[in-house]
Amino acid sequence: MSLDTDTVRRIANLARIKIEEEKMAPLADELNQIIGWIEQLSEVDTDGVAPMTSVTKIDMPSREDVISDGGCEDKVLANAPSGEPPYFAVPKVVE
Amino acid sequence: MPPVASRLILLFRKWSNKMTKPNELTIADARDALTKGDLSAVELTTSCIQAMDGAQDLNAFITETPELSLERAAQSDARIAKKESRGALEGIPIAVKDLYCTEGVLTTAASHILDGFVPPYESTVTENLRNAGSVMTGKTNLDEFAMGSANVTSHYGPVKNPWKLDDGKDRVPGGSSGGSAAAVAAHLSLGAIGTDTGGSIRQPASFCGIVGMKPTYGRCSRWGTVAFASSLDQAGPMTKTVRDAAIMLQGMAGHDVKDSTSVPMVVPDFEAAITGDVRGLKVGIPKEYVIDGALEEISEIWKKGAEMLRDAGAEIIDITLPHTKYALPAYYIIAPAEASSNLSRYDGVRYGLRVEGDSLDEMYANTRGEGFGDEVKRRILIGAYVLSAGYYDAYYVKAQQVRSRIAEDFNTAFQDVDVILTPTAPSTAFAIGEKMDDPIVMYMNDVFTVPASMAGLPCISVPGGLGDDGLPLGLHLISKPFDEQTLFRAADVLERQANFTAQPKGWEINR
Repeated sequence: MSLDTDTVRRIANLARIKIEEEKMAPLADELNQIIGWIEQLSEVDTDGVAPMTSVTKIDMPSREDVISDGGCEDKVLANAPSGEPPYFAVPKVVE
Repeated sequence: MPPVASRLILLFRKWSNKMTKPNELTIADARDALTKGDLSAVELTTSCIQAMDGAQDLNAFITETPELSLERAAQSDARIAKKESRGALEGIPIAVKDLYCTEGVLTTAASHILDGFVPPYESTVTENLRNAGSVMTGKTNLDEFAMGSANVTSHYGPVKNPWKLDDGKDRVPGGSSGGSAAAVAAHLSLGAIGTDTGGSIRQPASFCGIVGMKPTYGRCSRWGTVAFASSLDQAGPMTKTVRDAAIMLQGMAGHDVKDSTSVPMVVPDFEAAITGDVRGLKVGIPKEYVIDGALEEISEIWKKGAEMLRDAGAEIIDITLPHTKYALPAYYIIAPAEASSNLSRYDGVRYGLRVEGDSLDEMYANTRGEGFGDEVKRRILIGAYVLSAGYYDAYYVKAQQVRSRIAEDFNTAFQDVDVILTPTAPSTAFAIGEKMDDPIVMYMNDVFTVPASMAGLPCISVPGGLGDDGLPLGLHLISKPFDEQTLFRAADVLERQANFTAQPKGWEINR
């Protein structure tokens, strides 16, 4: 499988990363090289092998569904690059 | 003890204290000196601050916190005076990788995208260390978002390895915890914390001639640590000795309700596990760790390591870990996939850098395009690709299945052995600028460390000796899940046998 520049443009858009047009082709080459190297995994027989999702064999703990933290609006907003409490500001989304 | 003898010992101690600057002490020795009152925490911290002043050229720190550390050192002295010491780490200067959120102190992950981010909270690991009495000296440099093996992807510039040769070239300290490794090797702090996803503690430890330890996944809380690949990331100590690593881990580990992957297990006494006795210990030597292109000296130091443990009474057993060669490519699906998800939070809205755009989407793309460096972008794109519709099963699920195979290999091997010995890295430290043209060549740095990461196992790198070029080489031990005690016991014996006393030379010239 190989990635053409259209595919790179599509995944860059999915990932919301702006890539300069002249960098698309070299980036596609690099990504192809990495993906090509990864393809060796197809040699491994994984029939019937369960995918590993966690290395620890503990059950996820559960707790009462109650509020245990919060009420710190000022801390939450302290690092915001734009906006006035109690809001974060973003470019206009609704006309 | 006759009075004359004890007086002689006292005299000798005074003399030897004069010979060793406080910042050059091990944590264990500093602890003893602080307890006895031979040294104050403020003196110790001052000594580290002076060393940091003289080592600016290494670029080991992104943020230094001298005022804060002196304030905390004074608090330690007050507690010691009132006999309210918090334990082994009271008054001990520790450098913190700039991936841990620290309350009120700039936290960057070495990325442009976190410009100006000052966390209003403290990570659990750094809070545990604070509660144990330790003194934070500053935030160390790293590869951006911990993605790298040479500390060359940092937005704040590369870190220089304090180990130098006569060729005038600066070497990389390894990565991603390169600043932490350089800080410990150059005695800028007594210990440092790193994080390890695929080798980010152990490989720089090998390159800088220090001890670097990654505990079992789940031993330390990940809460408040900037996430790279959540199923792999783990905090760990970087120190001058194995004993120091045991002391530090004691202060870091423990269950945390804020991280559901941290395990609710009692933390054993790690230092007490260091008995100096490995008689009858079964040490596995995996035949698959001989790789094409690795230097002859790597095999030699590995052989020597096995001989050292055999001489100390351990039994050396040949084992097989058949899926070893697939660990690295599987890692480069799983880690980028998790990273692409974790790093989606950097959107220019709530913290850090914002680059404006005409629409919300354009603002996101501009911010992330400018805020992330090339290696981080590469990994996010790989991750987004392997998780995208049509490729998910072929890449991501396949890699998770291979991961199961790798874990099974270790399970099988650990039915016959207690620990596994391998080299830590396939080379000594290379020059800054080398291995930059081809990402896969850089990825190969972690070929020996990634398999144990994939299985979540505890592991440690101990200085084994010097390579032909005169630069340090580490030996790597892996043990069963949550058996850090056996790991420390074996590593301590290996350390004694290797008797690595060499120190970095030449970096002081640029002071």
